Amino acid sequence: MRYQPLNLGRWVLWSATAIVFVVAPLMFTESFALTLLIQMGTMIIFALSYNMLLGQGGMLSFGHAVYSGLGAYITVHALNLVGKGAFYIPVPLLPLVGGLAGLVFGVLFGYVTTRRAGTTFAMISLGIGEMVYACVLMFPGFFGGEAGISTNRVVGQPYLGLSFGPAIQVYYLVALWCFVCIAAMFALTQTPLGRMANAVRDNPERAEFVGYNTQHVRFLQLALSAFFAGVAGGLSCINFEIVSAENVSAIRSGGVLLATFIGGVPFFFGPILGAVVFIFFVVALSGFTKAWLLYLGLFFLVMVLYAPGGIASLLLMQIPVIRARRFGELAAPYVAAFAAALLALAGLIGIVEMVYRLSEQGARTELALLGFAFDARDLAPWIAFGAILAAGLAALRRATRWLGARWSSIQQDLLARQP
Amino acid sequence: MRQVIELRDVHKSFGTTKIIHGVNLAIGAGERHAIIGPNGAGKSTLYNLISGRFPLSAGQVLLNGEDITGLKPHEINRRGLSRSFQVTNIFHNLSVYENIRCGVLWSAGCGYSFWHRVGGLAEVRRRAEQTMERIGLARRRDVLAGTLTYAEQRALEIGITIAGGASVVLLDEPTAGMSRTETAQAIELVRQVTEGKTLVMVEHDMGVVFGLADRISVLVYGEVIATGTPEEIRANPAVQEAYLGALHKETAHA
Amino acid sequence: MEFFLVQALNGISYGLLLFMLSSGLTLVFSLMGVLNFAHASFYMLGAYFAYQVSVKIGFWPALVLAPVLVGAVGMLVERWGLRKVHRFGHVAELLFTFGLAYLIEEAVHLVWGRLAVESPVPPELDGPLFHIMGSQYPIYRGFMMLVSVAMLVSIWLALTRTRIGLVIQASLTHPQTVEALGHNVPRVFMLVFGGGAALAGLAGVIGGNAFVTEPGMAAAVGPIIFVIVVVGGMGSLAGAFIASLLIGCMQTFAVSLDWSLGGITIAQAAPVLPYLLMVLMLILRPRGLMGTRDG
Repeated sequence: MRYQPLNLGRWVLWSATAIVFVVAPLMFTESFALTLLIQMGTMIIFALSYNMLLGQGGMLSFGHAVYSGLGAYITVHALNLVGKGAFYIPVPLLPLVGGLAGLVFGVLFGYVTTRRAGTTFAMISLGIGEMVYACVLMFPGFFGGEAGISTNRVVGQPYLGLSFGPAIQVYYLVALWCFVCIAAMFALTQTPLGRMANAVRDNPERAEFVGYNTQHVRFLQLALSAFFAGVAGGLSCINFEIVSAENVSAIRSGGVLLATFIGGVPFFFGPILGAVVFIFFVVALSGFTKAWLLYLGLFFLVMVLYAPGGIASLLLMQIPVIRARRFGELAAPYVAAFAAALLALAGLIGIVEMVYRLSEQGARTELALLGFAFDARDLAPWIAFGAILAAGLAALRRATRWLGARWSSIQQDLLARQP
Repeated sequence: MRQVIELRDVHKSFGTTKIIHGVNLAIGAGERHAIIGPNGAGKSTLYNLISGRFPLSAGQVLLNGEDITGLKPHEINRRGLSRSFQVTNIFHNLSVYENIRCGVLWSAGCGYSFWHRVGGLAEVRRRAEQTMERIGLARRRDVLAGTLTYAEQRALEIGITIAGGASVVLLDEPTAGMSRTETAQAIELVRQVTEGKTLVMVEHDMGVVFGLADRISVLVYGEVIATGTPEEIRANPAVQEAYLGALHKETAHA
Repeated sequence: MEFFLVQALNGISYGLLLFMLSSGLTLVFSLMGVLNFAHASFYMLGAYFAYQVSVKIGFWPALVLAPVLVGAVGMLVERWGLRKVHRFGHVAELLFTFGLAYLIEEAVHLVWGRLAVESPVPPELDGPLFHIMGSQYPIYRGFMMLVSVAMLVSIWLALTRTRIGLVIQASLTHPQTVEALGHNVPRVFMLVFGGGAALAGLAGVIGGNAFVTEPGMAAAVGPIIFVIVVVGGMGSLAGAFIASLLIGCMQTFAVSLDWSLGGITIAQAAPVLPYLLMVLMLILRPRGLMGTRDG
């Protein structure tokens, strides 16, 4: 009987997710928001599939884009063949083609990579990624070289009145696949294989002694993960109508690692948050500054250093405090830490942008940040931003100490209350 | 009596160091067999050879008359031999229940299935819950294994080992590092959970060994110098000389 | 024949450069258990620092200063970053160095731009060293070999003749024991990590002049070093040496051959060859040429 409320909670959660997916595009009117949402949906699938390796199987991969990228290539060829009338697959089912392609390549490469675990697996996955990238450039006939292969997603007669030309139709296609894939990947965590993947992650040796071949567990987990990565690749092919070497590149592989980790590797839903934040960084921030990758890298490093459980763990940590109605005590230090972090960030942004203006040939050295105009060739702004950064960091240090003290006193009270 | 485990002239060396030289051992069905010997005699190495953790340098290991030499640990486990570890070897980030369930899954025929919902497998749940009851951790069901007390982790270690229902159980110092009361409880637990199974046990505590075992083998410097009932071992002059004597020296030094 | 000889010399000099990199990576990995993803980034930093110092003072001071600077950066990274994530385990450390590689590449973009910088060979090292049957062999290639061999000999001496060297060497084969002996002192880690970075920096100084100093150089050579370490066997210096020379020669010969195979020339396939070698090695001999440790 004790499972009743949990199941109810689960229903509420899944329904809420579905409602968010349906309503999200209606809340924004700009087409920019829709592009953002479509990419987020694709990235969510990709990041969750990545976490099947890193979070659930303990496999740190530096080459996951291989599966999404090759899935995208196969999809683009399938779509072009459908366009030529060679055979017929309805567009909504094309991501399945990408998924199957991902699965095939997962089986192929997984056989090699999963022979080893741990650090060696990480290195091999990087090697496989580089190999596939080099191959893609080597066979321009099939892969279209640097420029890639373009396509047109509007093929044949509209299907149930849907042509998939307008972005909103693409959005709902992505949303549907995203929802189905989230559900499927969650279901996979609840299967014997999914549970044993966790066991192999925790203690591969003991898993051997309860009858499991850890290599098989890793292999199957990777093949399944490659399937979902392929689905994500297929969806991105339909969305962008172009697939190029960049799709299988180390940049993509690194990106999905960043997204997943920032979101939170130990939790199933972590990568969903990570994908949303990551796409926001990539699409929104890259419009503002050329240094966005630097900021993303810094953000990632800060998470590795101070929040290895990602955003998800930071959020979940608050739940017991909120339940105990003690969150109010934390509000003030949180606000202080946030303000201090913003201050430090402002100093850092100033310095980074000035460095960039000075190094870029022909770039204007006069800039304006937060309404202040200045010239990067002068000394004054360097001193000013340096001082802001230093002050911000010092304040942040104090604020985190304050926060830490309150936090640990609350934790002690909570522990004392437990039986 | 039917032989369940049989070692034939087993050798093991690491580099040039010979750890095990020429061990012959036969353990019958349903027997409680203890392996004793001074530190560094090669008891744990012997376990690692039987369970497939290390490859043999020479010789043969038979399980139920079948040659299992050179098989991988998981293959040996699937043939009905399960072992525990001297240094606690559990899934630290999984709950107690999940730890036990990992021990159940293969023997329940789940294999690498990714099409069954593990929560819906009634047989798996029944066996995992039964095992938790037997090792006395039912109340700690949802606690992460890494946060259990040491004695609880040792019990869990045994729980994972027996959860699969293996007919041959190898326990490596189940009472290592325990207090007297904890040891007594642990031994009672071992006695209960291995009822009707073949048990091989490495143990330091002589009181435990002589109380529990049907037969005892004494391993000294990689060789079995005697095998017999507790009375025979107690009366064996070679054992007294080689092992108990050494033990007396040890205690004298301490 | 002369083609073969010149190519072989080029291959060996490139292989030695690769070994300068893979040896540092192996040493750090063996002692600290940390696979330094940013190792190639230190190589790149070495090249850029050398470029900056060369422009201001000259090549010879740069040859000394740049590695020292990179070593200092390495020590700072260890002290203020890596040490903090150490308690989260090896995956966290690998992730940290991955993020660091990302950051260094972006920092290089910001400071020196996205295009290659001019880093010409210094005039006294420019020109042919000797002629073999009509083809000339550049002095700089000879200088590269000289520096790498000198570096390797001094590492070897440091490893075998000094106390700290013995500790490092012992940890190559028995990391747990050395740890248990109380040598796991943070200062040794900092020195080793900084030393590894400095070695990569030195390789960067000579590699940057020989090839090209550009922001993509870390990403280009990084995976190759990883392949070398996998092929040679994790934690084996001898294995890394053999694999470095093997891949150095293989790459050098491959790009100059235009034998065709199914429409693809060997030269075109050259970038894939190291990875194919790695895959083959993993299928035939998963622990690598000289590897003793598993996964």
